[in-house]
Amino acid sequence: MGKRDRLSGNEAVAVAMRQINPDVVAAFPITPSTEVPQYFAAFANDGLVDTEFVPVESEHSAMSACIGAEAAGARTMTATSANGLAYMWEMLYIAASSRLPIVLAAVNRALSGPINIHNDHSDTMGARDSGWVQLYGETNQEAYDNFIMAVKIAEHPDVCLPVMDCYDGFITSHSVEVIELLDDQDVKNFVGEYKPKAYLNNPNGKVSMGPLDMPAYYFEHKRQQAEAMKNAKRVILEVSEEFYKLTGRKYGLFEEYKMEDAEVAIVLLNSTAGTAKAVVDELRSKGVKAGLIKIRVFRPFPVDEIVAALKGLKAVAVMDKADGFNGAGGPLFTDITSALYGKADVKVINYIYGLGGRDVRTDDIEVVYDELLKIAETGSVKSVYNYLGIKE
Amino acid sequence: MAFKLKEEALKPERLTGGHRMCAGCGAPVVVRAVLRALKAEDQAVICSATGCLEVSTFMYPYTAWNDSFIHSAFENAGATISGAEAAYKAMKKKGKLPADQTIKFIAFGGDGGTYDIGLQSLSGAMERGHDMVYVCYDNGAYMNTGIQRSSATPRFADTTTSPAGSSVPGKQQQRKDLTAIMAAHHLPYVAQTAPLGSKHGGFKDLHEKAEKAIYTEGACFLNVLAPCPRGWRYDTPKLLEMTDIAVDTCVWPLYEIVDGKLTLSYIPKEKKPVEEYLKAQGRFRHVFKKGNEWMIEEIQKEVDRTWEDLLNRNETK
Repeated sequence: MGKRDRLSGNEAVAVAMRQINPDVVAAFPITPSTEVPQYFAAFANDGLVDTEFVPVESEHSAMSACIGAEAAGARTMTATSANGLAYMWEMLYIAASSRLPIVLAAVNRALSGPINIHNDHSDTMGARDSGWVQLYGETNQEAYDNFIMAVKIAEHPDVCLPVMDCYDGFITSHSVEVIELLDDQDVKNFVGEYKPKAYLNNPNGKVSMGPLDMPAYYFEHKRQQAEAMKNAKRVILEVSEEFYKLTGRKYGLFEEYKMEDAEVAIVLLNSTAGTAKAVVDELRSKGVKAGLIKIRVFRPFPVDEIVAALKGLKAVAVMDKADGFNGAGGPLFTDITSALYGKADVKVINYIYGLGGRDVRTDDIEVVYDELLKIAETGSVKSVYNYLGIKE
Repeated sequence: MAFKLKEEALKPERLTGGHRMCAGCGAPVVVRAVLRALKAEDQAVICSATGCLEVSTFMYPYTAWNDSFIHSAFENAGATISGAEAAYKAMKKKGKLPADQTIKFIAFGGDGGTYDIGLQSLSGAMERGHDMVYVCYDNGAYMNTGIQRSSATPRFADTTTSPAGSSVPGKQQQRKDLTAIMAAHHLPYVAQTAPLGSKHGGFKDLHEKAEKAIYTEGACFLNVLAPCPRGWRYDTPKLLEMTDIAVDTCVWPLYEIVDGKLTLSYIPKEKKPVEEYLKAQGRFRHVFKKGNEWMIEEIQKEVDRTWEDLLNRNETK
């Protein structure tokens, strides 16, 4: 089964899209996600898919057309980055609250301003409370695998929520890696056919969608949406298990790297995990009990599992590739610390790093572990909210 | 097929009564007339931009729509319906829908959701050529939020954001010619129409244009005058008097553009002075104050200019 191929992250996701053969893809170009619809348009125009490709005039219309298409009964996908995702904002919430299982390749890029095309996570972090499931991936392989799993997670009857497959712009989207592709037929079987319960184009039943929802019902609808997000955690694990049986590639809510006996650890997202793992290996070779947690599922946030994983550690650094502008820390940091509150007494510090594509090297990560080791030794935290690799 | 109101009126309503639109409002009258042009056997997917029409016809858990209906936001009815239409094409291609099933895609938006905030989305959908109809029910202001000026508001009209004040007398700008903008998209069918009183053939013009728009393949556009009793300030039974006088004064000319060829649908034997249109509406009361005669002259000049232009472009003489 499967075959190995050299692909960029964007190309891998476009290939996944081809293999899924969705009904509708509506997209608008924005760096660094542009290649996804670009490759896909070629697949469509070469007759390799049956998809209606809708080259809309903006990202707002991309998500609006996705909403119209998915509501009409079509399996629907798109891709975007940064300002494109921001321009979709209003529609992201409407897609989620309309319970439409759209899949979006979110190629992480710094959000303007100032304008910057390089990677950080300020775009998808801003959408973290929009009601979308968010999966993050370190490598091209993970971007590809998450995209395929996203379809099945989104469409699960206990979820019915849209899913973002988030991966780092340029670092993952444009770097070429050898990855393992599934057979087309295996992808087709894995995702199955999209069978919504109610849809606009149903010849046997009409439906009205997108009501004015007054105080008598709105609250209950939001409650149902919140329940769906809670259900998503179980469904993600079930789908990941099924994917493991098919591919041998195991995915959980987060990846624990050398955490069994770790005393200090970093928690982060996406491609920086590769750099951090190299540092963990180096420290381990010197006998330092360092570990790493790479979050895969950020929405829903795996609160209990994170607490279990961090409990008993002497010091933890959460690295955010997006600032929080709340005067207290980045978004991942505030979620981790609120998860720990009252459940585990762990010293946690925060580093904002890599904004606007600032390079993060192993010696930067070493600085973080050094600080953690100092905290572990002295038991005192000098500074909670910190910046890494910045010119002060 | 000749239009017979009595027969048309016997068709089951696709937008039922019991909705919450105001008495004397043009919008539901326009919607029902447009939907009557659908063949009984054809399914429709209707989309509405946020606005009076949407909030008054689909308040959870009640819907007045007998066809599938979607609302998603204010500025994106064009894009939303285009997605549903793309889904239809894909589902047909994949055999997910019966081959003999016809679904028609119709979007409705007020002038705010069409001329202003929804213009980009509309332009994109029209340019891409989805098989759909976009119907603007033009009442000349943001009526749902409380009568704020839009780019469709006529010059000098009194609205809550262009009030007839002591130093600035109402809206200062001409209205945008959206029908012309749509025609510039090289659409197969563009028309301007209105529900009218019996002396103008009643619903004939609107029905026939809706039928052509729905059954012409590709992206088609209808701009339909739909008076608002709150915004225009007229007595609710006078709805069709408002459209009749708009047509007789040539404030709202009726015409269609088929593959670029413009045909005027109605040329009044005697064009009535614009005062007759203005005096019927409270929003123009201030233009009749002593010293404001110049405003009426300006309005008349603009109506004459656009009418002359249309007469010159009229290819069916």
